[in-house]
Amino acid sequence: MTRLLLPALALLVALLFVASLTIGYTPAGLGESLAALGTGDGPLGLVMREIRLPRALLGVMIGLSLGLAGAAMQGYLRNPLAEPGIVGISSAAALGAVLSIQLGLSAAFPLILPAAALGFAALAVGLVLMLAGPRGGSITLILAGIAVSALAGALTSLVLNLSPNPYATYEIVFWMLGSLSDRSFTHVWIALPFMVVGWGLLLTLGRGLDALTLGEDAAEAMGVSPRRMRLLLVLGTAACVGAATAVAGAIGFVGLVVPHLLRRAVGARPSALLPASALGGAALVLAADVAVRLVVPDRDLKLGVVMALIGAPLFLHLIRRTRGEVL
Amino acid sequence: MNLCTDQLAMLVAAPGQLVAVSELGRDPHLSAMAEARPEIPTHGSQAEEIFALRPDLVIAGSFTARPAVEMLKRLGLRVVDMPPEQTLDDVAAHLREMGRLLGQESRAEELASRFESDLAALTVPAATPRPQAVVYGPNGYSAGPNSLAGQVLELAGYDNLAAKLGLSWGGQIPLERLIMAEPDLMITGGRYAGGSRSEALLDHPALSAIPRARVPEGSWSCGTPYILGAIRALSEARP
Repeated sequence: MTRLLLPALALLVALLFVASLTIGYTPAGLGESLAALGTGDGPLGLVMREIRLPRALLGVMIGLSLGLAGAAMQGYLRNPLAEPGIVGISSAAALGAVLSIQLGLSAAFPLILPAAALGFAALAVGLVLMLAGPRGGSITLILAGIAVSALAGALTSLVLNLSPNPYATYEIVFWMLGSLSDRSFTHVWIALPFMVVGWGLLLTLGRGLDALTLGEDAAEAMGVSPRRMRLLLVLGTAACVGAATAVAGAIGFVGLVVPHLLRRAVGARPSALLPASALGGAALVLAADVAVRLVVPDRDLKLGVVMALIGAPLFLHLIRRTRGEVL
Repeated sequence: MNLCTDQLAMLVAAPGQLVAVSELGRDPHLSAMAEARPEIPTHGSQAEEIFALRPDLVIAGSFTARPAVEMLKRLGLRVVDMPPEQTLDDVAAHLREMGRLLGQESRAEELASRFESDLAALTVPAATPRPQAVVYGPNGYSAGPNSLAGQVLELAGYDNLAAKLGLSWGGQIPLERLIMAEPDLMITGGRYAGGSRSEALLDHPALSAIPRARVPEGSWSCGTPYILGAIRALSEARP
């Protein structure tokens, strides 16, 4: 079961990737659109290569990043409620991105956009880990998350309201809910390097996270340094979530839902959960992005709306289940 | 206290007659008269601010911030609502009405009749097939055939792509649909400072192959004689 899980998830991602490529405003058959992707020089080729392909790629990259970050944070804090969106890391990253855009920095140097998002995300992860303590009690974790997201959200709104650009105010919604519409390869290229670094850092945590399930002392006895892990976690999560948020806004709940669904299938081993959760995240984001285009094709429905519809009930369920622990 | 009435008033009023115009009337991206009559101060369209100016007459657009307008009426100011210009014929009519409101009938008449003769003197370029143009602004917002911009396209000798895609007044055209329709010309506006995703859409690489044109800033947001400048600019931009 566990051995088949990763190939099965990879197949699911591949299928959803093709679905994402072939669904859009322009009706075109599966074969026709895939042929245009390779060789079409007409407008359909342009649509496939410059609009659909980057959108689908970003869906995969962002899903991988958010799923992986969620699984890593939950493994480290040993708390199923730890998730970049809920604890305010995405909101903080959005603040960094918005600041760099409104100050005109990202127009001068495009890589400043994800870098600023990363910086603010790292601050938020650091703050949340500090407030939640090594064991990550649910109440402190959630309260820290509420505080960080409220502050970051308010500052984001403030910056956008003060912008000389009259359109900026309307984009508060985008930064809070996230969307993949009309993204281009520019966004793929500025996000990818940060994400690759983030994936690399987080995937090295597997063994340490397994050791941590035995308790902090046991882990240290096994030669795992929680302090080093914490640093890798902060940097990796910030790189993943920062880059994802910089190009697509704050997409919540991915890192909450996916590890929860897959935990039993991997036998609750954090090291196995990391790659599974990354692939699961990619599948979920792609599926949600296909759904927003199928359900209301003419409205730019935000990805965050769909994610929250899936994620919020699960979140409530998890809170109910952990009530015994926190009260 | 409205972008369009501000401009009509600045055209018609005698020196010293206008107490203030709205900030929108001074917005270089929206108003053709952002720099005209610099001695006239601006206000932020808040009821309190306008009341404090003690004007004899407030000229508002019929879609201007209604709560502020109602408040000013309750406070006993004389407020006149002017509907926005919907056709090019409205331009002369509204100039004359503004002349009556401000007691500048002869100046308004002069402007209105000059506009009418200029408009009549325009010849619509008669190429067939007509090139296909689309107005494409932030958020993919486009102008339909019933809008002023749509009428400008018509007079400049273009088919409006938005009409083919089913828009009558205006609305959003998704990026994919625009690319698939292969317009011959795309008309975009200026950019605000600060940057926004809405405007960044126009930088999408998929749009880079479409030729672009601009009309003079603010010339076709309202029905003023400046709209003739938009028609001329687009006639000249014909591919």
